[in-house]
Amino acid sequence: MMKRLLSATALVALPAGTLFAQDLPPCENCADSLTVVSWGGAYQNSQIKAYAEPYAAVTGVTFTWDESSGEAVAKLRAQNEAGNLTWDLVDVTAADSMRLCDEGLAMEVEHDEMLAAAPDGTPASDDFGEMIVSDCFIPQIVYSYTFGYRNDVEAWNGNTPDDICDVFDLEAFPGKRSLERRPHNNMEWALLCDGVAIDDVYDALETPEGQDRALAKLDTIKDQTIWWTAGADTPQLLADGEVAFGSTYNGRLFSVIVEQNQPVSMMWDTQSFDIDGWIVPAGLAEDKLNRVMHFLHFATDTQRLADQAKYISYGPARDSSQPLVSTHAELGIEMGPHMPTNPENSKNAFVQNFEWWADYRDDLDAKFQAWLAQ
Amino acid sequence: MSEATDTGPMLAADGRPLKQSLKRALRAQKLRALMLIAPLLLFVLITFIAPIADMLFRSVENQIVSQTLPRTAQALEDWDSTGGDMPPDDILAAFTYDLVAAAERKDHTRLGTRLNYEMTGISSLFRKTGRRVDDFGEIYRDQFVDLDPAWEKGETWVTLLGDPEWIDEYAAWKAAGGDNEAGAPLFRLKDGIAQVLPETSDAYAQFARIAQVENNDDPSGEEPWAPVYLALYRDLAQGGGIDVASLGLAESALVETTAKEVTRFEAVPLRSLYTDVEDDWADPEVWKTVKTFLPEYTPGYFLSAVDLQKTPDGISAKPENQQLYILLFERTLFMSLVIMGSCVLLGYPIAYLLSNLPMRTSNVLLILVLLPFWTSLLVRTSAWKVLLQQQGVINDVLVWAGIVADDARLVMINNQFGTIVAMTHILLPFMILPLYSVMKTIPPSYVRAAKSLGASNWTAFWRVYFPQSVPGIGAGCILVFILAIGYYITPELVGGTTGTFISNRIAYHISSSLNWGLAAALGTILLAVVLILYWLYDRLVGIDNVSLG
Repeated sequence: MMKRLLSATALVALPAGTLFAQDLPPCENCADSLTVVSWGGAYQNSQIKAYAEPYAAVTGVTFTWDESSGEAVAKLRAQNEAGNLTWDLVDVTAADSMRLCDEGLAMEVEHDEMLAAAPDGTPASDDFGEMIVSDCFIPQIVYSYTFGYRNDVEAWNGNTPDDICDVFDLEAFPGKRSLERRPHNNMEWALLCDGVAIDDVYDALETPEGQDRALAKLDTIKDQTIWWTAGADTPQLLADGEVAFGSTYNGRLFSVIVEQNQPVSMMWDTQSFDIDGWIVPAGLAEDKLNRVMHFLHFATDTQRLADQAKYISYGPARDSSQPLVSTHAELGIEMGPHMPTNPENSKNAFVQNFEWWADYRDDLDAKFQAWLAQ
Repeated sequence: MSEATDTGPMLAADGRPLKQSLKRALRAQKLRALMLIAPLLLFVLITFIAPIADMLFRSVENQIVSQTLPRTAQALEDWDSTGGDMPPDDILAAFTYDLVAAAERKDHTRLGTRLNYEMTGISSLFRKTGRRVDDFGEIYRDQFVDLDPAWEKGETWVTLLGDPEWIDEYAAWKAAGGDNEAGAPLFRLKDGIAQVLPETSDAYAQFARIAQVENNDDPSGEEPWAPVYLALYRDLAQGGGIDVASLGLAESALVETTAKEVTRFEAVPLRSLYTDVEDDWADPEVWKTVKTFLPEYTPGYFLSAVDLQKTPDGISAKPENQQLYILLFERTLFMSLVIMGSCVLLGYPIAYLLSNLPMRTSNVLLILVLLPFWTSLLVRTSAWKVLLQQQGVINDVLVWAGIVADDARLVMINNQFGTIVAMTHILLPFMILPLYSVMKTIPPSYVRAAKSLGASNWTAFWRVYFPQSVPGIGAGCILVFILAIGYYITPELVGGTTGTFISNRIAYHISSSLNWGLAAALGTILLAVVLILYWLYDRLVGIDNVSLG
């Protein structure tokens, strides 16, 4: 689905004094339209509000949005093989950015040359720090896979789960679970709850014994689990009361809990961080590329990343943006406590090892799917 | 005239034999018919047959390995993979030259992804090594440059190895403005140099061409990457074989003095360079995997698609905990048959009713059949979710009526049952419509005649009406079965883990894991299964016995 966002005149509601044309460096030999690929929904909307609208207002650039990020890798590969590149800028997960980089489909980026430094002069690569998981990746937000639970389950006798291992405890917390239908995170959580230390998880998962151990742990809840494939599944299942527990992206849970007021609560324990960001397809025409880089320089600066957090509960990927996170644009609540990066929430977080998964995804996925199908 | 026809062949009015002229007329007609359908034929060929053929071709295509590693492919041919060792330095040197070029063209990670399908861990092995391989041989570079700084200069290399004609051409091209659009003449080696310094000339020619093509650099201004020095060291360290004098150039003195010194160079075994980057290089399995998948065409994907694997020791079954596809194929066939059967059972009475009711009522009924047909697939599937889930409408009614206890609600979705129900509903019109159009053509007088001759209601239906409706059943079954076997949206949404089809895995490999080869192999097998079933059907029932009305 494509949405056309015509610039300038439509944007009367822009907060006064946010941005003037002179704040932006001039763009020479630049295309005046951009095709941007994202995930649709509230997330894409936050990008439109925080990045695209202010940018379009001063430059007059026309944005075309394509909601295909879920299939970005496959489609970029197809476009590349057909020699017909139609995208200018693509929003992908960290793992996908690595694969696109590996396949030579994404352009390598000099972060310090191409992106804005922090207000205090810290170069971009330091400001983003470890978020830069591949040479092609321009980080944007930190989100997490975490659990939401129904807070009105009678069988729990007033107890509330506060530990990841409560997911595996059917006695204290009976009820259905929903987990993602792929090995990522599930295998790690299972091992953690089977007594493996957080630093040893990936070492253990490399061995067949460790993989069997994780699957055996998942076996204990297998017949109580609904396996989801779309991020919207768990919120729906929780709202319907189909499941008592469910993993999904924290932003989806935020909207169930805060925006829709469902009897659902958030469990931040051992949330699994993931990163989302931009990649620039390899082989753009020069004027397109100039425009993309001009836009990116603006859209990934400290203020813009902080602005995005007004619309969605995902944490900005820059260190320097953290103190600038303010309140929700419509609800007016403080966004800080709802951020996965909030110190209170991230006490016990772990970060997926993307490089490890790049190696093991085919192998583990085969085993995981075979295990599921039995 | 009558005499002529009695003896010779029959002639047409223009005097040619009738047979010939008839053929001509027919040929012209055929040609005209072909011209008329040509646009459609071309359209189908270009937009349907060609892409499918291209996709199916990927199921055996494996050129990436030998194209990315041409030298290694040659070197590995004679390598005895039975020993438990890493290949010797000769092979590693060939691999280094290949890898440094691949890394420069950013092909090495693509190759890593390909080989990672066969052996877990190769992806990161290639990625990590690709970052450092242009330093392999750094130790020799430093020693060469210490010996004579000339080795640091691109010009030295160009005059030593380059074809003098090429040097002139290149200089002329540069003088003409060095327009890259016009294409710079590509680096060529001097005649005979390949015999004197085989590895060096090969490695340097590769470096020079990549510098020209990828980076638009002038080779004479660029210091070669470290593996070229490695090649030079290996050539010179061979000793006696180098006939330096045959170079007959000013550079021969340089090579001569260097060759004398080379024996005193500090050397480092190549294998330690690799194991320093990653210990896994010492694992002979990595090299066996590369060797096994060198051929340009591989049955590997097809083997994976039927739960087998190609190993250096031959074909073997996959470990039990990775066997998936045979199960999914069986399940897909079984569930498609069940769905087809339920469509017949549900669709037949409806079609019968439709064709026997008066026009006005049957038109209303027909709209009821078509209405869901016009509704979005996703809407209908989601509606089944709402109906069938544990907190859904059906369970709520059952609990309210006291038939089912509140804590024992039926599980009707996210399993095979859910898929069968939802898909039967979705595919039902494809059964009803052909049945209806066939039944419409059965004259009611036949059944009346049977009855007037004393047949009971059942006999009249079963012996007279039913056989005439069989072509409709045949057409409906083929439609429903073939549609069902390739379905994937509905099973994905309501199938859970036990109700998914093989097409869900194909979609996964196309859009998510990017293992297009495996997806193509699975698709080819699915296509073959459908064609075989179609052929069987033709043999058993006869395809003439199928009618859409």
